[in-house]
Amino acid sequence: MKQYKHLIKPYVIWAVLLLVIPLFLIALYAFTEEGNEVLTLSFTLENFAKFAEATYLNVILKSFKLGIITTVICLVLGYPLAFMISRYSEKVQNILIMLVTIPMWINLLLRTYAWMNLLADNGIINHILEYLGIGSISMMYTDFSVILGLVCNFMPFMIIPIHTSLSKMDRSLIEAAYDLGANKIQTFCKVIWQLSIPGVLNGIMMVFLMAISSFVIPKLLGGGQYMLIGNLIESQFISVGNWNFGSAISLILAVVILIFMGLMKRMDKQEKQDD
Amino acid sequence: MKKKKFRFSGLYMGIVFFMMYLPIAVVVIFSFNESKLPVRWNGFSLQWYEKLFQNHAMMEALGNSLILAVASCLVSAVIGTLGAVGLSRIHWKTKGVLEYISLLPLMIPEIILGMVLMAFFYMLGIPFGMLTLLIGHTVFCVPYILMEVKARLAGMDPALEEAARDLGATGFRAFWDITLPLIMPAVVSGSLLAFAMSMDDVVISIFINGPRISTLPIKVYTQMKTGVTPEINALCTIMLGITFLMIILYSMLQRHKEKKQKGRPIRP
Repeated sequence: MKQYKHLIKPYVIWAVLLLVIPLFLIALYAFTEEGNEVLTLSFTLENFAKFAEATYLNVILKSFKLGIITTVICLVLGYPLAFMISRYSEKVQNILIMLVTIPMWINLLLRTYAWMNLLADNGIINHILEYLGIGSISMMYTDFSVILGLVCNFMPFMIIPIHTSLSKMDRSLIEAAYDLGANKIQTFCKVIWQLSIPGVLNGIMMVFLMAISSFVIPKLLGGGQYMLIGNLIESQFISVGNWNFGSAISLILAVVILIFMGLMKRMDKQEKQDD
Repeated sequence: MKKKKFRFSGLYMGIVFFMMYLPIAVVVIFSFNESKLPVRWNGFSLQWYEKLFQNHAMMEALGNSLILAVASCLVSAVIGTLGAVGLSRIHWKTKGVLEYISLLPLMIPEIILGMVLMAFFYMLGIPFGMLTLLIGHTVFCVPYILMEVKARLAGMDPALEEAARDLGATGFRAFWDITLPLIMPAVVSGSLLAFAMSMDDVVISIFINGPRISTLPIKVYTQMKTGVTPEINALCTIMLGITFLMIILYSMLQRHKEKKQKGRPIRP
């Protein structure tokens, strides 16, 4: 078996060259001054201090705000759906879950663009509103259109983990709760909700992380001036050209995400141990 | 009472699914519309498809995308398969770290991967173009193939290969004749996923494509920024068709695999 060990070499080279070194490079950029050459480094924390400036702080706050709103809407709409799906027979469940997953396969650009058709000033919704005599509303390039896009794109990522934990649940526990005299609301709060928490947390984490780091959706539905963290990173790299600040933002975002992921893994492990 | 509840849940599900599918349906319907404005139905027409196929820049971008997807899939299939096989054989302490690294591209937001690669290529002085795109796409293609093959290897009986060695096969022969055919379905389904990802990617590509080369998603993205056009509707409909074809192909492959496994009493 030993002779296979060297098979891993191309993979290791790939991983080091394309992931480890570049990520290290970004960390280096984040801690160095703007405009200095690669070899003559002078370290600074200035890039991080820049976050305190109102413009950037606003972008970050707005990203978190939109991320939280999106996650809450996804949870409020997605939980009942996952719950309802889990009540059907297995065959129907499979079909419904497939219906939920199909949009995940469809190109993100396409899914986002599809909403532009509906929301545009001379789009379908506005025509219907005008026909009804309500008059047109400008919906594109607002927080509303961005949140709508985020919710519709990331909803499946909320529904699927919740459904997984609901369908794994032992039915006899619910029956036991009823037998012990709990009413529907009590059963839901004390049994069903409690048991579905791992799935809920999983979904929240995924949707939130994807929402705060999204880039294409705010650009297309929010317009060119719309800024979330992703757009800020892009503009720092492409139009402003301040790679050091761009790297600092990315570094923070990456660290936040990796911490979240680590926490999630730990929770998964704990859950398995509890079983 | 129960029936009533089901009716309510059916209604609720109907509304949510309607919200999810309505915009896509609108794109498809209006791609066949005669008028330019996607508002009123003026009659069936294929003119937007015709215009699309006459659009040279678009067709060139499609060609680039296909070449890129095939090439990055092939390269990634080799790296990913070897990596998975290698990972299954080592017991180093670093194994956990190596496995974690393989998942990084799926966890880190695309935007960060894109700019990380851009900075890296810039520093190395590699001119932006097809080469950087190819290297960049392997970053997210390898993990998909690696994961599929790893799962397949985990379900494989190591005794099969040992038997081949006992019967006198060299290490290479044992791998080539026994292991590789057994993991091939996983390599294929992983590559299929990777192909789909490569064809779809816009965020990473946009950072590393350079001024001259454009892939289809990049072209579509830049056009979308200016607003809705029927031509893009037509293109999206075609892309949608291809996506569904891929889903069917993939699920057929999975079903085939399951049947095969069920038919055999001893695990492969």
